[in-house]
This record gives sequence, C-alpha cells and structure tokens, in this order.
Amino acid sequence: MEFKDYYKVMGVARDATEAQIKQAYRKLARKYHPDVSKEKDAEARFKEVGEAYEVLKSPDKRAAYDQLGQGPAPGGEFKPPPDWGTGFEFSGGGARDSAYSDFFESLFGGQARESGGRRGAFHPGRGEDHHAKVLLDLDATLHGGTRQLSLRVPEIDAEGRLSSKERVLNVQVPKGILAGQHIRLAGQGARLPGEGSPGDLYIEVEFQPHSLYRVDGRDLYLDLPVAPWEAALGAIVKTPTPTGTVELKIPPGSHAGGKLRLKGRGIPASPPGDFYVVLQIALPAADNAGAKAAYEALASALPFNPRANLGV
Amino acid sequence: MTASRTEALPGDIFEESAVLTVRDLSRICAVDERHIVEFVEEGVLQVIEINTTEWRFSGDALRRARLALRLERDLEINLAGVALALDLMEELRQLRRELEARR
Repeated sequence: MEFKDYYKVMGVARDATEAQIKQAYRKLARKYHPDVSKEKDAEARFKEVGEAYEVLKSPDKRAAYDQLGQGPAPGGEFKPPPDWGTGFEFSGGGARDSAYSDFFESLFGGQARESGGRRGAFHPGRGEDHHAKVLLDLDATLHGGTRQLSLRVPEIDAEGRLSSKERVLNVQVPKGILAGQHIRLAGQGARLPGEGSPGDLYIEVEFQPHSLYRVDGRDLYLDLPVAPWEAALGAIVKTPTPTGTVELKIPPGSHAGGKLRLKGRGIPASPPGDFYVVLQIALPAADNAGAKAAYEALASALPFNPRANLGV
Repeated sequence: MTASRTEALPGDIFEESAVLTVRDLSRICAVDERHIVEFVEEGVLQVIEINTTEWRFSGDALRRARLALRLERDLEINLAGVALALDLMEELRQLRRELEARR
C-alpha cells in the first residue's frame, strides 16, 4: 500500500494551524473541483485533496496520522501498525460519493462515515437513488441504441467501509438525450434488505468529442470547407449530416465564417435541434505552373485589396 | 467486476417527463426537504408553478440541485456563494458559446 503524505498533498507544513489547513483546502478545492476546473487531472487531484483534508481537518484523525511519522522511504510499502487506532475515537466525517484510497481505508475505514450530515434524508420503505455520470459517443443520442456502460458504484459493506465496485449495464440510450440530462433506470438504485422498493439509478450524460460535429445544447455545428469559387459563385456541395449526406446550396457571395442552418437536423430531441454549417474557404495550393498562372490571371483581373478597411 | 447483465435496460430521459416536487428532489438528491426550500429562497432553484399548493420544478432542477450540493459540500461555500457561482458558471458557458460561434 502506498503511503500518502497528506501534508504534501495540501502543500502545508506539518505544524500548520487548522486555519492554514482550511485555507489551503479551499484554494485547492476551487482549483481542482471537477465542476469548475479546466485542469486535466482535476478529478483525481480533487479526490486526493479531499481525502487529505478529511484527515487533517479533524484533530483526532490528524493526531493519529501524525503518529505514523513521515512514512516509509519513498517507494516503500506501508503497513499500519498493529496497535493502530487504539486510544483514538473518530467522529463521523462528511459523506462522499467516491471511495477513499486504500491507505485511508486501512487507517480510518469503518469509523469515518457513520453520520452523513445533511445528506441521507430518510425515506422509509425505499432504497436510495444512485447517481452516475457517463461519457457517451454522440451517435448514441443521434440514432439511439444500446450501449454498455461501466459505472463505479460506491458500496458500504457490513463493517461500514466505503469502496467502489464496477457495475456493467447494457442500456438502451434514449434517442435525443442532451448533455447534462439524465437517463433514469427505474429500480436500479439501492435495494433494501427484505421488502421495500429499490431506488432508481440516474445517469448524467456527457458526450465525447465527435470527429465532425461540435455540440451546443441541442444544436450541432460542422465546419465545411469550400473552394473560393464555390463561395463566390455559389454551388451545390455534398455535406455530411447525422441523417446522411445532403446536397447543400451555397449561396453566391458567401464568406468564411458564414453559417447555413438546416432546421431540425441537430440532435433529435423534442423539439429537435438545428444543424449549422460553418463555411471555411480552402485555398488550392499554387504548386504547379497551371495553378500559378490561374492565380496570376485572377490577380490581374480583380482590383482587390483585402486590407482596405485596415487603412493601408 | 461483478453483476454483469446482458439484457438491455430501457432508459428514459428523466428531464423530459419530470415535474418534480420538493419531496422528489429531496429523495433523489438525498438531502432534507428544508435544504431544497433554502435553494429556492436563495435563487439556486426556480419554481415553475406556484398556483398549486405545492411547489413544482422542471426536470432540469435535478442537475442544478446536484451541482449546488457538490459546490456547497466540496468548496465549503454558503448558499449565497453557491447561487453566485451557478450564475457565473452559466454566464461563462454563454460566453464560451459566443466565442465558439465567432471563431
């Protein structure tokens, strides 16, 4: 088991005051909170910081942790001392959705979670609802279909230790679901021992980036390259859309960044989103004599100053 | 890995059909009903119908309530702070969207 240096994780000295620890936590939590952070490893860092704070904010746990000293030499195995935990009484910590590290569990597991604070409202006769989040491919919402979802489910065992186990579900993804919405699976939440109905499972959906389309709510965007003459003269060009290739009419005098809307061809929600084509002008390379001659002919035929409104 | 299933479970889009009460939100989010009421008082959640004797929320309230609870718990900010954070996050999302459209 890997020893965790909670002081290092929090970036505080071993003799830091409670106020300093609190301050450090709040700063790190704001930086790495998965809902607000743009950092790449935000979720992992946030969990680490949360766990460190859980220990260091509680005088009892901190005292017990400090008893371990600085841990083994780097890379060394950590084993809790045999008399670990005697003489300390841990009061309940805050409830979390995710599991702590093995290191944490070996030290504080089973004692850390009996009170859930404001969480855990009591609803007799019904299992708790569970929540999860998944990254789906965009095709799942465009066309519907069954996907195998792998969820981490927190579980509290008989000794009160929280761990997470993998649960694999085959789910018919409802066509037209949007990012931030939830798939509800009735009866797939927690089961109560004995009688009583099970809770539901709520799966919040996010989308993986798509190779062609950008998603904005229920609308989709496609960057479509066109030739300069197609933009200038107008053209009918082939365009991919979620429901198949269409012939798209480019109006004469189109410019780069111009948007064309295909109503109702976005995500098939109710009401359905729109499909936007954003024009990009692609220039052919002047890499042979013929192409060069064509560009030169264009230059001499058109009195064109693209920098006219820059005042030069 | 445990509890693997082979049959496909039919999923529905919760937000499309849901009209929620304080009690529903309290159950799904596992918080006291009092806490949901505080969310309304602080402007974190919007009530869509007040003509009935009971408050009703649209399905979108679930995402907002869960987000608010996470921010409250993890960042140790009070409700007024949570309400402000949610408004700013929404504004940021709009700005990113406009930026993307101008790209």
